[in-house]
Amino acid sequence: MTHTAVIDAPQKTLEIVPRKSLPIVAVVLIGLVVAIATNRLWAIDFYHVVGGGMWTAIDLFLGFVLGPILGTMSIPSRIELTKRLMPKMVVLMPTLVIMTLAGGFQLARHQGFILSSDKHHSWIVASMIIVGALAVVAIGILEPANIAVLFELRKPSPNGERIGKLMKRFLYTAGITGVLQAGILIIMTRIATL
Amino acid sequence: MTHDTPSVERKYPPIAQISFVALVSMVIGGVYVAAHLPGHVSMTLPTILIIFSGVLLLANMVLLSRIPIFAWQSFFKVAKWTFLAEGIIAGMLEYIFVFDGTRGAVLVLMTSALIIFVLDLSVLFGFSVAQFQDE
Repeated sequence: MTHTAVIDAPQKTLEIVPRKSLPIVAVVLIGLVVAIATNRLWAIDFYHVVGGGMWTAIDLFLGFVLGPILGTMSIPSRIELTKRLMPKMVVLMPTLVIMTLAGGFQLARHQGFILSSDKHHSWIVASMIIVGALAVVAIGILEPANIAVLFELRKPSPNGERIGKLMKRFLYTAGITGVLQAGILIIMTRIATL
Repeated sequence: MTHDTPSVERKYPPIAQISFVALVSMVIGGVYVAAHLPGHVSMTLPTILIIFSGVLLLANMVLLSRIPIFAWQSFFKVAKWTFLAEGIIAGMLEYIFVFDGTRGAVLVLMTSALIIFVLDLSVLFGFSVAQFQDE
C-alpha cells in the first residue's frame, strides 16, 4: 500500500480553526484588556507568567520531544496527528503570544525595568530581541506552513510529498524556537534574581 | 493522478520570501523603538525600516497581481481571516501603545508598522495556502 493510498480518505470537515475554542480566546483577551486597563500588578503578572510559561513549554515540547518523534513516524501517522494537533495550535499559540507580550511589556513598565537607567534594562532588551526572532520564525515560517498543511489535508487527495516537505519545515522551525525559548528562560530567571 | 497531486510544483515569484524580509524589517524597527521607550527615540532607523517594509509589501502586491493563473478564491479566503486575527493582535498592541501614553511621531510610526504587519501577514498566509491550490 502506498502513502498516497493510505491518505486518500481525509476528513472533509477538518476545521482549520476550532470554532468552539473562540469564545475562550475572547474571554482571555477581554481579561487581558481589563488587566492592562486596571493596571493591577497581579493580573498583569498572571497573564505574562501563564502565557509565557505555556508558550515556552509548548515550544520546547514540540521542538525537542514531539518533533523528533513525529520525524520517525510514517507519513499517514504524521498526518493523523497533524490533523488533530495543528488546528489547536492555530488558536492556542497566537493567544499565548499576545498574552505574554502584552503582559510582559506592561509588567516591565510597571516595575520600571523598561527605563534605560534600570539595572534590568539590558536583559529586557535582550528578551525583546529574542522574542522578535521567535515571532519572525513562528509567524513568518512555522504558522504559514501549518495552515498550508491543514488546507492540503482538506483536499480529496492530499499530496503526501508536499505535506512531508511542509512538516519538515515545521519541525526545523519548532526546534529553532525551542532553542530561542531556552534563551528566554535564562533571561527571565536572571531578571527575577538580579 | 488527480489535480491535487501534481508531480511538479508551479513556480511563483518569491512572495513568501519578500513577506518574510518585510516582517524581519518591521520587527527590528519595533524592537528598536520598544527598547528605547518611554524615553526619546531616534526615528531615523525605524522610519527607514518601516518604509522599506511598506515598499516590499507594495512590491509583493504587484507581483501577486501579475500571476496569470492563481487560486484567488483560496488566497482571499485565508487572507481575510488572517487580516481579522492579526488585526486583533495589532489592535491589542495599539491599545497598549496608547494606554502607555505613546503619542506623536512614535505613535504614527508604530501604527503604520502595525498596519503593514497585518497586511504583510495576510499576503503571506494567503499566498502560502493558495500556491498549492487549484484555480
